[in-house]
Amino acid sequence: MNNSSIVSINDLSKQDILSLLDDAAFFEQHPDSKILDGKLIATLFFEPSTRTRLSFETAVNRLGGKVIGFSDPAATSTSKGETLKDTIKMVANYVDLIIMRHYLEGAARYASEVTDIPVINAGDGAHQHPSQTMLDLYSIFKTQNTLDGLTVTMVGDLKYGRTVHSLLMALSHFDVRFNFVACPELQMPEEFITFCRNNNIRFNISEDFNAEVINESDIIYMTRVQRERFSDLMQYERVKDLYNLHNAMLDDSKPNLRILHPLPRVNEISQDVDDNPKAYYFQQAKNGVFARQAMICRALGITNFRDLIK
Amino acid sequence: MNLHNSNMNEKKELAVAALRNGTVIDHIPADQLFKCVALLGIESLDKSVTIGNNLQSRRLGKKGIIKVEDTFFPDDVLSRIAIIAPSAVINIIRDYEVISKQPVRLPDEVIGIVECNNPKCITRNEPMKSRFRVINRNPVTLSCYYCEHELSAGQIK
Ligand SMILES: [Zn+2]
Repeated sequence: MNNSSIVSINDLSKQDILSLLDDAAFFEQHPDSKILDGKLIATLFFEPSTRTRLSFETAVNRLGGKVIGFSDPAATSTSKGETLKDTIKMVANYVDLIIMRHYLEGAARYASEVTDIPVINAGDGAHQHPSQTMLDLYSIFKTQNTLDGLTVTMVGDLKYGRTVHSLLMALSHFDVRFNFVACPELQMPEEFITFCRNNNIRFNISEDFNAEVINESDIIYMTRVQRERFSDLMQYERVKDLYNLHNAMLDDSKPNLRILHPLPRVNEISQDVDDNPKAYYFQQAKNGVFARQAMICRALGITNFRDLIK
Repeated sequence: MNLHNSNMNEKKELAVAALRNGTVIDHIPADQLFKCVALLGIESLDKSVTIGNNLQSRRLGKKGIIKVEDTFFPDDVLSRIAIIAPSAVINIIRDYEVISKQPVRLPDEVIGIVECNNPKCITRNEPMKSRFRVINRNPVTLSCYYCEHELSAGQIK
């Protein structure tokens, strides 16, 4: 087991998070370098995710490292029944760091136990996706210049959306007030409500995505309401358009408000919002590269990169 | 209640099986008795075993009891009992005397005993041991170390 692996956002302390954000800001200023010169990094995608893989591989390449790996497990021995342990042990012979995505929950934790090479979790089923959380945090930090004293409104599917759960846990280190806006079927699960109560985190549950909620928000984090989540299609038809954001709804919002979305979106943010300077979801995706550069250096134990770049 | 009397009753009860040396597991909820028997692997023992169930208990209503001659279970086996019967009490008998009487104790982690109930958990799909953190002791609630799904007492198989 390697301690510098990044498997879950819950493994990171407040200090870890702040230092990663600081590093991400540095990499935004210095996106290209030779910090990873001579390092070989594996991207093992047991489940395809082009968006996440391209972001990680861009991060490695811009730091001067090299990448091997696969994006389609059908082409590997996993499809012939090889265990995850064997695949990880084989790849660990070749590389300095493993970045992996897997359809099974807990896969990255297990991988980090069977090798001494650090592992970064790029998503394990519905469980954890810490680099998404770090890029969300960096986007909030960058647009608000702080993570304290903010009102963060989460909208849409709060029940199954792992990004909102992880973001909530990460922001619990800071002074943040939450609005949870969703239909009762997709509200924040009880365990997270209990967590907020036990940790004196202020929150407000609302079924209504109204002006009052929007106008007090510093961040609105939109998520997609998916039809598959409903056993009753009538219920889906009833709520599917209640949590869509249109430009006119932002007329009286705070000037520092930014709209985030983990992407891909469908119609929960209408196209007319895209040109509003408060729309931030495309830059948010770009921030992912900087956040991932910071995580890669941390996992590899490279701390002196400020000296390496002049 | 008179303490002296209660000790007398206990001696009487334990003596029924005329256990000279061995282990008595008492205060098992009646509906968990046969699960405990299975967990301890008693079926394959060749020692004298006495199993009682639906006995009157002030604490539990109806309880079960297991007495096994000349057998002292290792701690990790006894801790399995704590998962399904956290109220159970272990009596160690030598020369007809109860020389130790301890409630079962669940360790902070439970490794390789319980199966995670999340079908998408890595532990269900790799040849590996399950691993749980104990987040509540009575009733027992476990959290999978890998997928972080919670398992309540009723869901533990
Ligand atoms: Zn599990």
